[in-house]
Amino acid sequence: MGLKRTFHLLGSPPTVYRLAGLLGPWVGIAAVILIAAGTYGGLVLAPPDYLQGDGFRIIYVHVPSAYIGLMAYELMAVAASVGFIWHMKIAHAVAVSAAPVGASFTFLALVTGAVWGKPMWGTYWQWADARLVSELVLLFLYLGVMLLRASFDDRDKGDRVSAVLAVVGVVNVPIIHYSVEWWSTLHQGPTIAQLDAPSITMDMLVPLLTMIAGFTLCFAWLILKRVQAEILDRESRARWVEQLVTGASA
Amino acid sequence: MSVFTSMLERDLKLAMRRWSEFATPLIFFVIISSLFPFALSPEVGALRAAGTGVLWIAALLSSLLALDGLFRTDMDDGSMEQLILSPASLGLLVFAKICAHWVVSGLPLILIAPVLALSFYLPAESLPTLMFALLLATPTLSALAAIGAALTVGLRSGGTLIGLLVLPLTAPVLIFGTRATDMAVHGESALGPLYLLGALAAFSLSLAPLASAAAIRVSVE
Amino acid sequence: MASLGQTGAEVNALGRPENERTCLHYRPLQGQWPRYSADHSGCPLSHVSGATLAVKNVEIARGERRLFAGLDFNLASGQLALVTGPNGAGKTTLMRTLAGLRMPSAGSVSYGDVPVSRIARGLTAPIAFQGHVDGLKKDLTVAENLAFSAALWGGEGEMGALAGELDLEDCFARQVRFLSAGQRRRAALGCMRLRPATLWLLDEPLTNLDTRGAGLVAAWLDAHLERGGSAVVATHQPDKLAGRAAIEVDL
Repeated sequence: MGLKRTFHLLGSPPTVYRLAGLLGPWVGIAAVILIAAGTYGGLVLAPPDYLQGDGFRIIYVHVPSAYIGLMAYELMAVAASVGFIWHMKIAHAVAVSAAPVGASFTFLALVTGAVWGKPMWGTYWQWADARLVSELVLLFLYLGVMLLRASFDDRDKGDRVSAVLAVVGVVNVPIIHYSVEWWSTLHQGPTIAQLDAPSITMDMLVPLLTMIAGFTLCFAWLILKRVQAEILDRESRARWVEQLVTGASA
Repeated sequence: MSVFTSMLERDLKLAMRRWSEFATPLIFFVIISSLFPFALSPEVGALRAAGTGVLWIAALLSSLLALDGLFRTDMDDGSMEQLILSPASLGLLVFAKICAHWVVSGLPLILIAPVLALSFYLPAESLPTLMFALLLATPTLSALAAIGAALTVGLRSGGTLIGLLVLPLTAPVLIFGTRATDMAVHGESALGPLYLLGALAAFSLSLAPLASAAAIRVSVE
Repeated sequence: MASLGQTGAEVNALGRPENERTCLHYRPLQGQWPRYSADHSGCPLSHVSGATLAVKNVEIARGERRLFAGLDFNLASGQLALVTGPNGAGKTTLMRTLAGLRMPSAGSVSYGDVPVSRIARGLTAPIAFQGHVDGLKKDLTVAENLAFSAALWGGEGEMGALAGELDLEDCFARQVRFLSAGQRRRAALGCMRLRPATLWLLDEPLTNLDTRGAGLVAAWLDAHLERGGSAVVATHQPDKLAGRAAIEVDL
């Protein structure tokens, strides 16, 4: 009964709106703290790598954003399929919110990857780096889902059709990742190294984990805020929204 | 089984009667492949190096070309609704449509590829492998094309969006297909990539009908 | 945005005098709930026992606009329901909702206790839907269209006799794109006739038909209802079929 009731509550827009509003500030504050701590640890406390010098420190932004980019796609696919199967509008709202945020983090990962690549390879982009290339494909998949949804006038149809695409994409992500990785190993010269973090010591690892946790919370905060906005948009005719708006302005 | 054959027969008949629609991808394939030498260079070395990639990209793009009609004509004349409401499984019907699409667009491609390969100075010994690789890859391309068509059939003009949605998903096919052809050109056994192409075909052919059916049901509302 | 309940509903029960009104809300037959039997013996002329189409509190919206709400009726086997109303009132949308092609924004539609959206997934197929558009492939001949419909639905029927009934003998082997609108409509009805279904959902079946064609449709409906099937017909010309209707839904 408890699970069913939770499910039922999660499907009610005003409840989710209020819940998101309550959680938001806490998540945001925690995110800021963790990111600040991780940045300090990464830039100041961690020792420079004997091979890459100080250049490796970009991993403190690159790795968490790549991780979030991937995780966001999975969240989007799961939320979209929940919305598709059980006709829950909230789930679709979560999927809609996750897409642009995930795409932005993936783009950030690509940009930081390019910044890292310049001192390492001498070029901003290296096709032989499998991880960057699969992140590029992931960005294309995000753009596809966002574009498809935006092309539909009927919001409900757009949600459900892009849910199908999200699931098709998420199933293909491992396939694409491994085929790109295999392809890059074929053409890799000995001089070209992947954007691997150097052999990790505790000093380097702890700030990295802190940053990953901080980025996750930051992502969660962004999603909560966007879901709130999305709920207001979708339920704009409902009475509770009217009360919220007039109550706030009164 | 007879439902599958009836559907296949129907779509093949329709394709035969509207053969102009279905000749387009083949002609497109030939034209693209013929334009590349203008862009690259007529030298044997350059073309041989680029030939594999050019052929596969051309095959990819032309497979995606005529697929907007895969579901759209059925939606427009109301026969898609009848397919949905029939006792036959929509997934099976979509699978039959994918097969018909492959016969009409993939098969001619496979047959004409050797001619184009020779125009790119690829050695004759690599041709059987090229054809076999295309034989394994084109069903996957038809399956992915069907997913793209099903997703955009509810839109007024979905044609251009399909490519955007489907092309990233075709990257593995491209990777393994070109690898197989390259290995054959260099005289090595291309068994590994061919197996992987087969696996991709099996995977996409089993899942594409389900995804397409789901998307069609949403679009028909 | 009419709310349908007791208002605007005229019910003429089969065989009852015209001036007797019956409420739109269903009065159940004493304990008789015939179950649907998946009897596809292949011959569409055999007697089939039908189930009840239960429409509960259905609200239909097209996009953001609510067309109507509170539609509630039960259609038992042997009964005909007429759906009438001006253009844009939502007749076609209602028919598609009854067929399971789209979900109502509120309420439920079930046939024989199975929600129609599940029926539309092909689990069982007791419903035959004939929409506005013909549903014929223009590049196939009439014969090929009929044969495909029969193959898809596992039904069989005498094609030749059907062609004669439909007055399509001359154009039986001609591609549909060369046919007139009336001939296409008759071919489409022929395809529908081949489906062994107990519930017929017909959206404006009399468009483009001459008196003879309309008479044919009426005759088929009569035979279908007599066999125990049920039907919902949306039409602009209710007078042609009103005498047989048990339920009239006026949008």
